[in-house]
Parts: sequence; structure tokens; C-alpha cells
Amino acid sequence: MMRYWRFGGSDPVCRPEQEHLLRIRPGGAAPHTGLVEMTDEELDLSTLPDDELVEQMHDDLYDGLADEIAEGTQILLDRGWDPQKVLGEALVEGMRIVGIDFRDGILFVPEVLLAANAMKAGMALLRPLLAETGADQVGKVVIGTVKGDIHDIGKNLVAMMMEGAGFEVVDLGINTDVDEFLQALEDHKPDILGMSALLTTTMPYMKVVIDTLVEKGVRDDYIVLVGGAPLNEDFGAAVGADAYCRDAAIASETAKDLVARKRILASEDA
Amino acid sequence: MPEDRLPSVFVLACGALVNEMLAVISANGWSHITVECLPAALHNTPDRIPAAVASRLDDAAGRYDRILVGYADCGTGGLLDRELEARGVERLPGAHCYEFFATTPAFTALHDAEPGTFYLTDYLTRHFDRLVMRDLGIIDHPELRDAYFGNYTRLVYLSQVPSAGLLARAQAAAELLGLAFEHRPVGYGDLGTSLESFVNAR
Repeated sequence: MMRYWRFGGSDPVCRPEQEHLLRIRPGGAAPHTGLVEMTDEELDLSTLPDDELVEQMHDDLYDGLADEIAEGTQILLDRGWDPQKVLGEALVEGMRIVGIDFRDGILFVPEVLLAANAMKAGMALLRPLLAETGADQVGKVVIGTVKGDIHDIGKNLVAMMMEGAGFEVVDLGINTDVDEFLQALEDHKPDILGMSALLTTTMPYMKVVIDTLVEKGVRDDYIVLVGGAPLNEDFGAAVGADAYCRDAAIASETAKDLVARKRILASEDA
Repeated sequence: MPEDRLPSVFVLACGALVNEMLAVISANGWSHITVECLPAALHNTPDRIPAAVASRLDDAAGRYDRILVGYADCGTGGLLDRELEARGVERLPGAHCYEFFATTPAFTALHDAEPGTFYLTDYLTRHFDRLVMRDLGIIDHPELRDAYFGNYTRLVYLSQVPSAGLLARAQAAAELLGLAFEHRPVGYGDLGTSLESFVNAR
């Protein structure tokens, strides 16, 4: 199958399956590999068959090319693709690949942020259509960065991946105290509570929130997921979360799995 | 071995602390201390710190009488402590170098007053262009600045030995990030006292 490589803003990292590169966009940066055959031909996304276009969009997400992602999204919609299918196969799958390379230390935060910006450009086109079609929600999530912490890069990525996975996401933002979390749980009755922290000094606040849920006798009403750079699985278990999620892709997969499991248990109990 | 021989001390430190470590050692006239530094760039990938420290400690095992690790928790979420506990090795106090330079009560007050505070030390000021502007991708992608710093409101320069040049660079950094600027001359703070109490506790 033909594959294309566009040199976008970020320093491209050559993945093994991309080493047989064929064309690049004119005006792109100088290639870092001798494997690229340069032509002046403008790559027209609309000429690509569906499967190649989707693969090209995975590459464009990887390179953080927001305009190209918006263009590709629109082309698939114009070809009659269901918005849910565009979201899942082109955008979420592309971000899943980004997530794997982030986990493996091939990509770093800047590249992931650029990829997320590109995904947002596609999501902006899809969101109104998804709302119109009333696609079934997988579940509902209330998410926030805990009190004393203003870091939201990871939390925003998780919110985006969860939305991409079909969750309704209520984002409480940063510096969220226990009362705000409790109020949101009461107001929105989510399946999942997600808490994020970047600082070693703020992550213990997750235990404050979970202990309060226990005190009020509502802990088991929610699946509690925690995440953030200084956290680890032991910490998640120690504070009484249902799971620690290492990154956004894992968070959305874990959310889907645990909601499905909870629903099976609920139907068995009924 | 003569009884009055000083025990050999090995300090394995973050590269961001090398100047300050050497200044404290020199001020105390210690000659029995070996300092080795790991790359300061690990600051941006703290998940790699515990393994890097552990590996170097294992290399140094048995070659020194006493070992101190010149890191705080540094965003490792307790994983560095786990490696150190397994080897019976101490580290510097606190969560970050900002905290031990400022000392914990002063740092806590700064953070509580404004959680959206970005901190610079002398080292981070000197290498701001590389560690922040370049390595976080802001030079190539200015739109990322607000993704990182949109929730911050001020930059506090916790200086060790501030020169006019460093002060100007810290101020310029605050301007680049669109943050209010404050300067707190804190010196070596708990880095000096911790190092001294470790070395003197024979």
C-alpha cells in the first residue's frame, strides 16, 4: 500500500512502517532520512481512497497537522461516513498510535500536544454532528485537576480521548476542591470520577476526595480513576481509586472496560 | 587506615545543582567529597530519574563510605524514594529543588498564595531557552505556550547568586511566558544546610 509522509511542524520520528516514504508536501522541512523520494506534486487528500486517506490522517495526527486533519475529516464526512466512524477510525485510532509512541518514549509532550490540537480540529467538525445523530453515550465522566494544582494538559487529553470514546465529559477544570467534586457528582450522576494532579504535593488530595465519598456512603456509586505524571499504580491503590491510568489512551480504555464490567454486574444483580 | 581519616562521601546529584553543590563544598573546604551529576535534562522526564539514579548508585556501591543523592522527589511520585530506601541512601528534602532552595515553609506559602506560579532557579534561568523554550517545543510552536502556561499567573525567580544578567534573563523569561515577575533571593536554602548536616553527621 502507498504511504505518504508530510513534514509538518514537529521533528519527524521515523517509525519502521513508514520507512518506505513516497512523497512529501512541497514547502515542508528537509527530510531527515534518505528514504524520501521528493516530488513537487501536491498531495490532494481528496484523491485518496478511503483506507489510504484514513492512514494518511493517522500520519497527519502524528505530525500534528491540524488543517490537514480538518480537511480529511470533512472529506470522509462528504463521502457519507458516519461521524462516529470518522471519530473512531481516523481520529481516535490516530491518537492511539501517538499514545503508544509517547509511552515508548519516542514522542514527547510537545508532539502529543500538537497531535491533540490536530484532533481537536477534527472534533470541532464532528461534535455538532454527533450531537445531532444522538449517538448512544458510552457513559458519563466528571473530571478535574485537584485542589492546589493548576496543571491540565494531561487532564485535557484524557477528557478528549474519553469524548472520542463516546463518553459525555463534564470537565470541572483546575484547582477543584472536594465540595466542587461532590456537587458535580450529585448534579451529573456520572459513571466515572476522574482526578488528575501533576504535583507530588497535590496528589494526596485525591485521597481526601475519595475518603469523603466513603464517609458519605457513595464511594461505590462511582468508578474512580486517577492519573498524573508523579502517580503510579501503588499510589492509585493506596488512595482507594479503582484504577491508575498511565496516559490518556489507557484512561479511555480503562473507562470503557470498567463501565462495561459495572453494567454487566448490575444486570446480573437485577 | 588512620583513625582520623575522613569518610569518603559520594554525592550523586541532578546536573541542575552542580554549581551550587560545588559552591557549598568549596565554602566548607571539604576535600573528601566526590560529586557526580546526572543530566539536568532529566528534569523534563522525571519518570526516568529513579532508574538513572539507581543504576549509578549500583556502580558506586562499595566504593565510598557514605552516599547522598542530590535530588528531591523531583516529580517521581515516591519512586525515587523506593530506590533509595532499598539501598539505605538519603536524598535532599522536599518535592523539588524550588522547595529546598526556598525552604519548605517559604515554598509552601508561595504555592498556597498562588498555585499558578512557575519557578526559576539560577540554573533554570541560565538554561531557560533550552530547557523550557526549546525542549517544550515553544520556539517551534508558539501556540503551545498557552497550553503549558495558560493557567500560570506569575514567575518567581528563587535566586541563589543573582547577577544583574541573570535577573534580566529571569525577567525576560517571565515576559516571554506572559507572567508577572517576582524575585526572591533565597540563596542555597536547605541545599546548604542538608549537605552540611549530612557531611558533619559522622
